[in-house]
Amino acid sequence: MAARKPAAKPNVSPDELRQYYRDMLLIRRFEEKAGQLYGMGLIGGFCHLYIGQEAVVVGLEAAASEGDKRVTSYRDHGHMLACGMDPNGVMAELTGREGGYSKGKGGSMHMFSREKHFYGGHGIVGAQVPLGAGLAFADKYLENDRVTFTYFGDGAANQGQVYETFNMASIWKLPVVFVIENNQYAMGTSQKRSTSTEDIYTRGAPFGIPGELVDGMDVLAVKAAGDKAVAHCRSGKGPYILEIKTYRYRGHSMSDPAKYRTREEVQKMREERDAIQNVRDLLLTGGHATEDDLKAIDKEIKDIVNASAEFSKESPEPALEELWTDIYAEAVPQGDAIEA
Amino acid sequence: MATQILMPALSPTMEEGTLAKWLVKEGDTITSGDILAEIETDKATMEFEAVDEGIVGKLLIEAGTEGVKVNTPIAVMVEEGESVEDAAAPAPAPAAEAPAEAPAAAAAPVPATPKAKAVEPDWPEGTPMKTQTVREALRDAMAEEMRSDANVFVMGEEVAEYQGAYKVTQGLLDEFGDKRVIDTPITEHGFAGIGVGASFGGLKPIVEFMTFNFAMQAIDHIINSAAKTLYMSGGQMGAPMVFRGPNGAAARVGAQHSQDYAAWYAMIPGLKVAMPYSAADAKGLLKSAIRDPNPVIFLENEILYGRSFDVPDMEDFTVPFGKAKIWREGKDVTIVSFGIGMQYALEAAEKLAEEGIDAEVIDLRTLRPLDYGTVIESVKKTNRCVTVEEGYPVGAIGNHLSAYIMQNAFDWLDAPVINCTGKDVPMPYAANLEKHALVTTDEVIDAVKQVTYR
Repeated sequence: MAARKPAAKPNVSPDELRQYYRDMLLIRRFEEKAGQLYGMGLIGGFCHLYIGQEAVVVGLEAAASEGDKRVTSYRDHGHMLACGMDPNGVMAELTGREGGYSKGKGGSMHMFSREKHFYGGHGIVGAQVPLGAGLAFADKYLENDRVTFTYFGDGAANQGQVYETFNMASIWKLPVVFVIENNQYAMGTSQKRSTSTEDIYTRGAPFGIPGELVDGMDVLAVKAAGDKAVAHCRSGKGPYILEIKTYRYRGHSMSDPAKYRTREEVQKMREERDAIQNVRDLLLTGGHATEDDLKAIDKEIKDIVNASAEFSKESPEPALEELWTDIYAEAVPQGDAIEA
Repeated sequence: MATQILMPALSPTMEEGTLAKWLVKEGDTITSGDILAEIETDKATMEFEAVDEGIVGKLLIEAGTEGVKVNTPIAVMVEEGESVEDAAAPAPAPAAEAPAEAPAAAAAPVPATPKAKAVEPDWPEGTPMKTQTVREALRDAMAEEMRSDANVFVMGEEVAEYQGAYKVTQGLLDEFGDKRVIDTPITEHGFAGIGVGASFGGLKPIVEFMTFNFAMQAIDHIINSAAKTLYMSGGQMGAPMVFRGPNGAAARVGAQHSQDYAAWYAMIPGLKVAMPYSAADAKGLLKSAIRDPNPVIFLENEILYGRSFDVPDMEDFTVPFGKAKIWREGKDVTIVSFGIGMQYALEAAEKLAEEGIDAEVIDLRTLRPLDYGTVIESVKKTNRCVTVEEGYPVGAIGNHLSAYIMQNAFDWLDAPVINCTGKDVPMPYAANLEKHALVTTDEVIDAVKQVTYR
């Protein structure tokens, strides 16, 4: 087995490190379970798993404060779990049940939580980028101190609306962190074949937006970069770009045979760079946790995930009347708006 | 030889203007490119330049004169040695100095403000009225809502410092400042998305498209991001906002700038769609649209912007969505229209009345929700129906209404419903072709005669 590259020296407390381990493990086990349920026919349609990329959302959530917002693409399960949404509600949405976050009407790609400031879950590649800038626009307008994390992939980075948004976010100094989750494949097309620039974060420079490259397999590096980006936004300096190099172990979606890369390439990443294994090693070698401590966490996560699977099977399908609800609102949804 | 200088057409829809100021005086020698005068159009104050060199023989129109029709002689130029008296009988103007003909659509007769006979009036009896253009009514609607709700803001191209490409947002920057009246770059896809995101974040954006033709760049955000989010989120969050701007043909602006999107947007669940004709409806419906907790497509019309109507002079006048207005009661045929189509519908009704055909004219005002009840009740009374709209004939609002009437009032129909629409062609530029591409009053009259077997 190849030697694992040791992670950077911890810049966080042992408690925080244990929390990252737990949160990343929750995402991985949850996604593995979702894959199983898909195989059983309980989850339908498109289902894009986040396995391999866990350190990105967990590291950035660690840099976020209460009230900060997040919006992402269709590969969204990890983001929801990382910001504290209930695994039961997420899994039940995947199975299209009444107990899902969108009452079964959104599905894998379309979930939201006003309570957790999670604004979707968007299925059109790149569309979430101006939406995220719009959330930041609202926060600046309302003169609060919040920051919006706008996640998109290396594939979306070739959409024109991303650069329309960079331009406006820069001239209006919007408090938005553009997070490019570069998992190196836009569905089946490698970055090399699709993208003119090697370092995508440099595409902010012509718009006056600073950015940096971050090792997305190292949750501590992600957390440190997130802290820096958030501080930049909160101080009123406008947007910031983090290009986080990561890797998805599974196909683009459940139906992707992933013929565009070798099994060896995937295996090498898993063995040498896996973010969860890295933190596990740090915890053990640093004496911050014992094998038994970690087993207890593993058990807790397994129970949570199994419970979510049970809930997602037991929750009934939505009533037929739900077909006709939520098309029009009767009243403006209560948000953070200025009281009239 | 003395030549006339004519009042120029300075915008596609300009019919007349104000000669604000002369910058030359009689006897001045001018060369090509000199500024002769300042002319106020319905949209802006423009400098009017000389094309040829010569001497200003006579100024025919006094500075400050309002309502000077396009092509009216405003000055006479003479050459060296000619006297001003020679200018008394000037030769006809060369074609190059001014358009030979006013734009086709602008040349259409302007109907006198018709008095609506709404069965249920939109305002209390005895309410004082004032005359306003559609443009002013829209501006007032936005200003009133912005005064009462700090979360309302307007964004779009040229809405702030330029005072609106069509002057609809005139004065808003001065009153509300650049935090709430925001000039965007030319980037429809991007700013529509930012607008939707801002609505998710608790604001109530008014996103102006310079015209709805440009909203094609943004249609993904209008439909996928704004219209569907409430449903996809199980009711947790939606997009309380307005997308507004001129829609449909203006005049002589060609295929890419002349299209009616009413039927496109009316198809989408989750959107509301308003398309007013009169200034009162423009104001009342826009106020309702801004307050509505859903995304509203608000389809205006450039040609109607400058039309004047009676508007109730009352505090907080609103018009509810989903309530059609009966402009004219009649017993022989029901003419259903909306937006600028109402112009043809009302003109046709006037002419038909002279021939003894009594048409009922219904203005749908909103297309989603659509007031089916008023249409069906009317058809049950008249037993005949003609629909009028400017959009394409395939998948038209009229097609939908015809099917609805067939399914819900078949036994009352004495003739097939006829849809008068724009022609199934991209909009041509040539004045004569454009006129024929649009729906015409004569076509409405013909259709009514067909369904009434006259």
